[in-house]
Amino acid sequence: MKKSLSMLMAGALLVSALAGCGSNNNAASGNTDSADNGNTSATVFKIGGTAPLTGSAAIYGTAVQNGATLAVEEINALGGDIQFEVIFEDDENNTEKAVSAYNALKDEGIQLSLGAVTSKPAEAISPLHEEDHIFALTPSASSPATIEGNDVVFQMCFSDPNQGLASADYIADQQLGTKIGIIYKSDDVYSTGILEQFKAEAEVKGLEIVAEESFMDGMDTDFSVQLNACRDAGADLLFLPIYYTPASLILTQANQMGYAPGFFGVDGMDGVLAVENFDTTLAEGVMLLTPFNADATDEATVNFVTKYEERYGETPNQFAADAYDCIYAYKQALETAGCTPDMSASELCDAMMETFPTITFEGLTGDGAGITWNTDGAVSKSPKGMVIQNGVYVGMD
Amino acid sequence: MQKLKRYAASKAGRDTLISFGIVIAAFIVMQSLLAADAVSSLLESLLVPICAYIIMAVSLNLTVGILGELSLGHAGFMSVGAFSGIVAATCLSDMVAFEPLLLAISIVIGGICAAIAGVIIGVPVLRLKGDYLAIVTLAFGEIIKNIINVLYIGLDSAGLHFSLLEQSFTLAEGGEMVINGPMGVSGVSRISTFTSGFVLVLITLLLILNLINSRAGRAIMSVRDNKIAADSIGISTTRYKLMAFVISAAFAGMAGTLYGLNYTTVTATRFDFNTSILILVFVVLGGLGNIWGSIIAATLLTVLPEILREVGDFRMLIYAILLIVMMLFNNSSLKRRILEKRGMRQMEKAERSGKEGA
Repeated sequence: MKKSLSMLMAGALLVSALAGCGSNNNAASGNTDSADNGNTSATVFKIGGTAPLTGSAAIYGTAVQNGATLAVEEINALGGDIQFEVIFEDDENNTEKAVSAYNALKDEGIQLSLGAVTSKPAEAISPLHEEDHIFALTPSASSPATIEGNDVVFQMCFSDPNQGLASADYIADQQLGTKIGIIYKSDDVYSTGILEQFKAEAEVKGLEIVAEESFMDGMDTDFSVQLNACRDAGADLLFLPIYYTPASLILTQANQMGYAPGFFGVDGMDGVLAVENFDTTLAEGVMLLTPFNADATDEATVNFVTKYEERYGETPNQFAADAYDCIYAYKQALETAGCTPDMSASELCDAMMETFPTITFEGLTGDGAGITWNTDGAVSKSPKGMVIQNGVYVGMD
Repeated sequence: MQKLKRYAASKAGRDTLISFGIVIAAFIVMQSLLAADAVSSLLESLLVPICAYIIMAVSLNLTVGILGELSLGHAGFMSVGAFSGIVAATCLSDMVAFEPLLLAISIVIGGICAAIAGVIIGVPVLRLKGDYLAIVTLAFGEIIKNIINVLYIGLDSAGLHFSLLEQSFTLAEGGEMVINGPMGVSGVSRISTFTSGFVLVLITLLLILNLINSRAGRAIMSVRDNKIAADSIGISTTRYKLMAFVISAAFAGMAGTLYGLNYTTVTATRFDFNTSILILVFVVLGGLGNIWGSIIAATLLTVLPEILREVGDFRMLIYAILLIVMMLFNNSSLKRRILEKRGMRQMEKAERSGKEGA
């Protein structure tokens, strides 16, 4: 009896120790990513986001983290009224981890959120933002479900259907191909979301889709079946609404089997040049639709690209640019609404929900017409066509 | 009191008391901390998954530890339970307004569906032994994942619509997709709570511990220890194997429902081979056949990666190192010595009390 009692006590101790560890998180600001540790939370806006910093989507996560950190450092260096601190938590591109990561951020007392970087985690944490009344502006979670059914989550990137629509329009208008083959990932909301709208628009524009091949998670290492099907169907342009990792394999394997159609990707393709052990010459001539062009010559882009390259040793992709824009959009919105850092997350949320649909933001992504939002949180900006030449992205028009 | 003492002194009694003690104590401590608002939201968000993982680990322990057959497809049953439970919860949400009741019904349906899957898989699979059985269960886990990946279920005023591979039905106005093929389910109403998870853990422990200490449980263990001997005394090995396997699947299904109804979006890929292995790690770390060990291991390994968020980039590395250290300790002579010492003390005590009794 004594023994079982002591075990009971030990169990209780264990749990309370765990709970103690958990609540210590509140006080600890032990994050390596905060741009400015010198400031206390009363004078800075605390922004948090979940991102896949490890795992198969890590390039997006780190790009977003880098882009946002760079913007925060710039703004803090200027020393205006609005100062930021940004924190990222790893979500491993997994919905369960994303919920934990979001709650970890909440424990650290974030006032504004960057949501999640990828679509499924964003879908999982959007309702939590709504519940807690914390405003989110996601840099890259593009599925419509991210902003559907709640008022507090806004997007900086195009939604998936819009990407499909724009891609089909672009291919038809620029006459990039007559027979189109598609390889997509059937268990991915991002990929299927783009595909559905692409097919609908292709029909309107009279594009002929000759092959439609799919793959799934865990079966994304050998694409010879899909590539052969596309070749047999005589596709001269492959549309790849997928992330860069399988895309890099498709490019390599198509080259090995001597199949050389045109390749057209969307924003997930961005990052293909940074894949380790990938022969970047294979990506030569690959076209993609992305809101950001690292080769643009306007001052803001040049400044961003130079700083980013200096700091992280690689060319920024559109995820970094979107994240950078998110921080500056927050700055503009906070200035417009006249918010101060001592306001609570809920007060800021109300202010942001009112302000964002009214502002026109000019950033790295989009064109001179600026970026606007509707009250649902969807963004309106125009995409840019890019082509990879000599290992760098070059604007197509 | 005397009776309780004797019960606590027996191995089965001790294990039962420890298991329930840990769970109930943990629940009381957590509830009082929650009431005092002393729990971080991170830990709060982990409570329901921990309950689900505990049930998963305990139920897998029945197959791996008690029945002695390695199953690598346990997440498949979790998946069946999660999706059938979500479909049930969505369909019944208009009829049953009281959320705990709705959750209970969904959990039962999830458990039944997973049990049916367990029978379908168990009948052919349990004729195999050892490595072969492990590989085949692995395959079945993947098959379940892929079937759900191409399953479309929609709900409208006319009722439920099913189709495989492609969405071949169109929904009437106001209808909604429940399972949308590879995109899984989204917009689930989150009705799982810590209390419901706790109750489900208690029910699981009660049933599984009673099963282990019953006639059937001893028959199952005899199949594990010596199949030929069990056969020779007239125990139907196939029957008891299937029994353990199906009960294990049913509880995995219930855990799946609890887990699925805790998130707004669930995809079939969430319940892949890695999840099966994760559950197996809980069981191995806790000790094969040791129920309270599974409870602690499941809790520890779910909470650990989240606590390690503090150390930033080295999180997964430290997690892996800690896991290796724990496994080594579990298998070391140090632990054996500690246990032996404890066993000696217990024997002495038993002797003494035996003398006193005489």
